[in-house]
Amino acid sequence: MKTSFILSEVLTGLRRNLSMIISVVLVTFVSLLFIGSAVLLQMQISGMKDYWYDRVQVAVFLCPPDSEAPTCAEGEVTQEQKDAIEAALSSPDLEDYVEEVHFEDKATAHRLFEEQFEGTSLEGTVPEDQMQESFRIQLADAEQYGIISEYFSATPGVEEVVDQNRLLDQLFRILNVATAVAVGIAAIMTLCAVLLIATTIRLSAFTRRRETGIMRLVGASNLFIQLPFILEGIIAAAVGSLLAGGVLGVGVHFGVSGWLQSRLAGVSLVNLSDVALVTPLLVLVGVVMAGVSSWLTLRRYMKV
Amino acid sequence: MITFDKVTKSYDHRTAPALADLSFTAEAGEFVFLVGASGSGKSTVIRLVLREEVPTRGRITVAGTQTARMPSWKVPHLRRGIGTVFQDFRLLPNKNVFDNVAFALHVIGKSRAAISTLVPDVLETVGLDGKQKRYPHELSGGEQQRVAIARAVVNKPGILLADEPTGNLDPATSQDIMDVIKRINSFGTTVLMATHDSSIVNSMNRRVIELRSGEMVRDEVGGYRPEVTQP
Repeated sequence: MKTSFILSEVLTGLRRNLSMIISVVLVTFVSLLFIGSAVLLQMQISGMKDYWYDRVQVAVFLCPPDSEAPTCAEGEVTQEQKDAIEAALSSPDLEDYVEEVHFEDKATAHRLFEEQFEGTSLEGTVPEDQMQESFRIQLADAEQYGIISEYFSATPGVEEVVDQNRLLDQLFRILNVATAVAVGIAAIMTLCAVLLIATTIRLSAFTRRRETGIMRLVGASNLFIQLPFILEGIIAAAVGSLLAGGVLGVGVHFGVSGWLQSRLAGVSLVNLSDVALVTPLLVLVGVVMAGVSSWLTLRRYMKV
Repeated sequence: MITFDKVTKSYDHRTAPALADLSFTAEAGEFVFLVGASGSGKSTVIRLVLREEVPTRGRITVAGTQTARMPSWKVPHLRRGIGTVFQDFRLLPNKNVFDNVAFALHVIGKSRAAISTLVPDVLETVGLDGKQKRYPHELSGGEQQRVAIARAVVNKPGILLADEPTGNLDPATSQDIMDVIKRINSFGTTVLMATHDSSIVNSMNRRVIELRSGEMVRDEVGGYRPEVTQP
């Protein structure tokens, strides 16, 4: 009885306030779209970090036969040079900084290359004997890259020391900037949504002040009086957040899985299951945002 | 039923209080007129009983509870024991007579079965049987006020507050409305009625509390004495 009465009140409110409700739906939709994008970007970053930080190391590339680097003047790296480098890596000077070392020979390098570019135009373009040998070093602390780099800068047989983390960090920096932009826009849009919900609820309460006045007079509880208005805001926000989830899903399905993935072979990108994870979060954020802002509005404008 | 104990109410400390040091008691089943010119504090008394306001000083006890001490979540329960009628009827224009009265029961969570027996009963009490399906705009002013009274008393409150209930009605209709209120009073409901309709007060010969600028100037059984209260 009570429930059906409240629901009929909610429907009346939604009908009477249709244009405002639609604007609440749209503003929530846009704000949550940006929140969702920010979350997906961060999921992308942390997914890539998990994936790469285990694999990416400091690589000490050894001299190939025809290098122009000054440390490679004597031609291709020799077995003695390799032994000296390996010994240096486990010497007391460096052992504190080095977690793990393994040697990547030409065959392994070639196999990894073929795997990485499988299905792209680069597959099969580089013969095995042109691949470069390297020591792959897992650092105890990724920030200590400089020590390794300096140590081997003048070592004969070492062409170059590359910290692959640096390359990734640049990518992460770009993604983080994109996240910050999305969060900034989301913050502004969320503020708009909160204010608009508050205004809409005020308007709704104003158009029904006769009903609520009588309710107060005959002793309806505050919850009973306020619930229809709060539900109105919550329903509008829930519709907006579901829309945001839907649009994110469409965007990820066609834009990321469909378009970007074919150009970034071998990189694991966000997909629909991530969107399925984010959407309930968006609905929760939308519902809480609408619930709290309409409740605060009613507390302020509908006195006992 | 209603006790005011040295009640002062100021809305703004720079101006004279709306009520000053008012004390009276209305016993259960009593009929009390509250008379005085506009601005004398009658409506403030009504609002204080309903706990729409709390007194600045003094104590108000309604149905055994001191209103100022009551937490706000308990106020609805207080109001379920008070019926209120206003000059402007305050009906819902898009609901018919039955639904207007039933609304008061719906919103306090009464069952459909209770509503279907209580509403016809009260409509009969106020003399509106047979007009359940009418809408407010199809009713005369007197009939609309009967609907409002029915809504106020359908939950069988111990107190009926009436703020100028005949203010929008002609003398004959006013008398009919007074008969309805008298009937409700005869069932044991305490009635506190604010009015400046002297003919009604004179014809009823009940207890009269007269206010002037927020102060009680008279509390006795009798008539209106217009020569004292006219501004």
